[in-house]
This record gives sequence, C-alpha cells and structure tokens, in this order.
Amino acid sequence: MVEDRTVSGRVFAAVNYTLLAIIALVTVLPFLHVVAGSFTTSAEMAVKKFILFPTVWSFDAYKFIFSTNTIFRAMGVSVGITAFGTLFSMLLTALMAYGLSRRDLDGRRGIMFLVVFTMLFSGGLIPTFLVVRELGMIDSYLALIVPASISAFNLIIMRNFFQNIPEGLEESAKIDGCSDFGILFRIVLPLSMPAIATLSLFYAVTYWNTYLSAILYLNDSLKWPIQVLLRQIVVLASGMDYSSDLDSTVPPPDQTIKMAVIVVATLPILLVYPFLQKHFAKGAMLGSIKG
Amino acid sequence: MMSRTTIVSIMLRPSSSLVTQGQPQPLPRKGRTSMQHAAATEIKQGAAKPRSSSELKRRLWRNKWLYVMILPGILYFIAFKYVPMFGLTIAFQDYKPHWGFAGSEWVGLKHFERLFTEPDFMKILTNTLLLFGMNLLFYFPIPILLALMLNEVRITFFKRFFQTLVYLPHFMSWVIIVSIGFVMLTMDGGIINEMLAYLGFEKINFLLSTEWFRPTYIIQVIWREAGWGTIIYLAAIASVDPQLYEAARMDGAGRLRQVWHITLPAIRSVIIILLILKIGDVLELGFEHVYLLLNSMNRDVAEIIDTYVYTAALQQGQFSYSTAIGFFKSFIGLVLVVLANKLAKRMGEEGVY
Repeated sequence: MVEDRTVSGRVFAAVNYTLLAIIALVTVLPFLHVVAGSFTTSAEMAVKKFILFPTVWSFDAYKFIFSTNTIFRAMGVSVGITAFGTLFSMLLTALMAYGLSRRDLDGRRGIMFLVVFTMLFSGGLIPTFLVVRELGMIDSYLALIVPASISAFNLIIMRNFFQNIPEGLEESAKIDGCSDFGILFRIVLPLSMPAIATLSLFYAVTYWNTYLSAILYLNDSLKWPIQVLLRQIVVLASGMDYSSDLDSTVPPPDQTIKMAVIVVATLPILLVYPFLQKHFAKGAMLGSIKG
Repeated sequence: MMSRTTIVSIMLRPSSSLVTQGQPQPLPRKGRTSMQHAAATEIKQGAAKPRSSSELKRRLWRNKWLYVMILPGILYFIAFKYVPMFGLTIAFQDYKPHWGFAGSEWVGLKHFERLFTEPDFMKILTNTLLLFGMNLLFYFPIPILLALMLNEVRITFFKRFFQTLVYLPHFMSWVIIVSIGFVMLTMDGGIINEMLAYLGFEKINFLLSTEWFRPTYIIQVIWREAGWGTIIYLAAIASVDPQLYEAARMDGAGRLRQVWHITLPAIRSVIIILLILKIGDVLELGFEHVYLLLNSMNRDVAEIIDTYVYTAALQQGQFSYSTAIGFFKSFIGLVLVVLANKLAKRMGEEGVY
C-alpha cells in the first residue's frame, strides 16, 4: 500500500508512530532498569534512583548470588526440566497431532472433541493434585513434566499445520513402502520446521516458567527450580509477606541482588528469543487462523 | 468412546506388523489409494459410515500404527484431564486422604450448602468477578487497538522491531513479572516511589495496600499480554483483500474510515471468538499471578476463588470443600461459554464450536 500523502494522513501517521514508539519504550523500560540496576553497586543505587544505564559498573551482586551453589542448582534443575520436558512434550504432541491429522482415521472427530472439551472444562487444582499424588510423583521431577506434557492448544496448532501438508506427499511415500511412523519422521516433520520451532519455544518457555507445579508437588527445597528460588529471594526473604515468621535480624537482600537474580532467571529466555521470534509469529498464525 | 475400545482391541491383538513395517503396504481394494478413497467417501457424505463391519475392521487394522501414535496422548488426556474431572465427585464426599476415594463418606451437597452460606465466599466471588470485569474492560480492547495501529505502520523495520519488543514480556513467567513489579514498587528504594518522592509526593505502599492491588494487577496483565494478544488479530487483518482498501480510497475514505468500515468488520468474527473464550475463562484469572501478588495485607481484595481453593485444600486440608468451590467455578465457566456461544450464533456469528 502507498503512504497517504494528505495532511490528515500525515498527522495520523505521525501520531500513530509516536504512540507506538512510546508503548514499546514503556514495555521494555522495566527490563532495562532491572538489568542496569543489577550491574551497579548498592551505593550507586541508593544515590541515583532512576537508573537505566549504570555509571559505576559492578559485578558485586552477581559475585554474591553465585557465591553459593544454590542458584547453580536451581538453574540446573530448570535447565533439565526444560530440556527433557520440551523433548517429551514435542514427541507426544507430534505423534498425537499426526494421527489426528489423518482424515482416514476412524474416531478422530470424537477424540478431537474430547481434547477441545478439556479446554472448556477441567477438574481443577485439587483433583489433579490428588491424581499426581496417587501416581507417586510427589517430590519427583516427573510431577513437573508429565502432568503438563500436552497442551491442547499446541496440539491443535500442530494438527492444523500437518493437515495443510499436501496429502499427495504422504500417499506417494506410502506407495513407496513407507510406514506411518516413517511418513511422520521422514516426510511430515522435516516439512514442519516452523511449527516445530514455534511449539518447542512455547513448551520450553512453559517449562522454564514452571512455578505452580513446583510449589504444589515439590516439598524438598533442594529440588526447587529457579522460579521458586527467585520468588523466595525477591519477595519472601525481604520480610514483606508473613513478616512475623521471619527473623528480622537478617537484613533483606539488597535491591541490586534481587535484580541480579531476576536477570539470571530471565537470561535463558532472552538468549533464545531473538532466534526463534521470526518463526513463532509465523507458526502461531499458521495454526491459529485456520482452526 | 468407540475409538477407545478399538484401540484396546488393536493393542490386544497379536501383531505381526513389526515384520510388515517398512515393506510395501498392500494397496486398498480396487486399486484405490486411500486418499482417493477418503475423497470418495467425503463426496458421498452420508456414506462415510462403514457399509459393513468387516470394512471398518480392515480400515482400523490398516491404521493400527496411527492408533499406536495417538495412544500416549490419549492416555495423557485420560489420566490428567478426565480422571480429575471424575475426581470432582469428591466434592460430594468428606474426602480423607488416608481413606482414599473409595473409603470416604458421601455427604451430598453439604459442601455446596456451606459454600453459599459462608460470608467469606461472597467476598471472594466479588473479588473474582471484579478482576474478571477489569480484564474485559481494560485488557481485552487493547490488543485490538494495538493491532489496528500496527496495521497502519508502513515501515517494515519499525513494525518488526515493535513486535519484537512488545511480545517479549509474554515469555516471562509471572514470578519474573511480579518480581520486577516488586523491585520497582517497593517502599525501600523502588524506582516508582523514589520518583514520587522526588516530585514531592508521599510514598505509596503499593504492594501492601488494598486500593492499589487491582490497578497493579491489571497493569501487569496488560504489560505481559497486550503485545502478544495482537498476533491473532494481525493474522486476521492480513487476510483482508487489499482491493477493498483500494476501492474505499477511490471513494474518498480516509485512514480512519478505512479502519472503521473495512478492517474492523473483517476481524469481527475473530474478536467475537476471542471474547467468548475470554468469557469462558471468567474465573481463570491466572492463579499464579494473583497468588504472587497476594499477601496478608491485601487479602481482603486479592483473594480469588483459585487462591482460596489452594489455601483451603493444601494448607488447611479441606480437600472436599475446596473441590466443591473449584467445581462451582469450572461449571460457571462452562455455562457462560455455552451461553456466549449461543448468543454469538443468534447474532449470525460463527462461534467457537
């Protein structure tokens, strides 16, 4: 489309661009503030409050939080859960989505209905908790992965993506003697890279961000993933909540230290985000619109 | 239901298929490929049902590996979605963990009666509905507005850059969002309070106050989700025929008129679908978010159904009572979706199902 050259058109464009720029800025400012704050000294923090770029650089906060292995352990737990969880989820999702994408599968409408229904109605927190407990998963990392292994939403996106792959390809592979598993792994999946990238990102982010399952199912604080630890350091240890239970002689963690922990917990997402960003916008659109 | 039993029967059959895997599959009868076959049955519409049970059996057998593929997923949905749904029946019991489901006493509607007579419950329901209302009123229109604004951007680089920045918070956990909010809003050294002090205002204890809980909540919701929420609208807008704009310009329509008469009507059905889904989520306000913002000082306004269920069950051991509350919530959500969907269909829209 061509740019509107009338006066009103130009005013409109100018206002529009300015507003969007402000919105984008407001969205990222809190992150910048936290990153900047984590790289400066507490003294500097106390003097210059509105920091967006550190004038005095310091790694004290990071030295402090990495002085014990607590953060390393929690990061390790989160990385492990994210890696195994994403792999497991993608495998289950791709298998089920492919089966359901095949028009010659009897009963697929019924199964799809059962899947969609879980998006509208659920047993809720407590019955799910009891099932997980009955399965003996309390205090096991399995509790963070298995009960959340398929997202109905992701499954539907994946199925829709598979359905848009020309059936002729699968047919000719079949005539050439390819089994159903062979078709999925050698033909369909290699053609579905945008969807795979997108959904892997969705799953990975969900696993990385796991908080509720961790506080529900893990009693052992040595098994905590980074999100639970972050919460503990930022809010609870500062004496804000349940203040009576806390020892008031221990000073609350310094602002810069809290900021450093936030940055560490955010970093893995920030690292993969730029590489996958192009894919996911495309992938999410492909699946969602043609539902 | 039939599908499940057939899967079981397939699993129970002694299978020689490991041998046949990788070898040429026998062609369907009459030399048709199964694609043609599927196309043919689709044309016949009513004839989609198998003419004889032997044909159905043959088709099931031919697709046995597909059933093997979907089996783990089906087991997942049964174990973690449908078993908990049946687990809702403990709302009608006095569930005691050590007696289990079978051993616990049935008490009928006792917990539901308690629910409606408990003064606390009305407060929690009000809190929940207020947050829901704020979501609809303040959050829901923003992604639509943003998508419309973004659609008017002609500089591709600007558009990409903007999207990259505003999608980002969606990928942060609630713990991170609330933590960032915490370090910014805290009384000791938070940037917002320092700014207020610098400008000569009094510091505000945002985190512990009852008045500031709801604004904090909704601002964080908007911050995290508004950008990401545009994706689906942008996709819908992208499918609008450019000729429509061309024609409108010929007729002398300005930018805003084009938005009003072309873009908005084009994404109307998407807006309605998302609205229905949002209404179904009535009571799904994000347990984590509210739970993380909740503390002993703002409990009066911040306690919602989800957080109450969690506290009542896991800290006070009232499994049955809190399941009854959760049941009530899920049920209301389902009823509202059905109603909203009916309404949308009556208005000539597609609806979600």
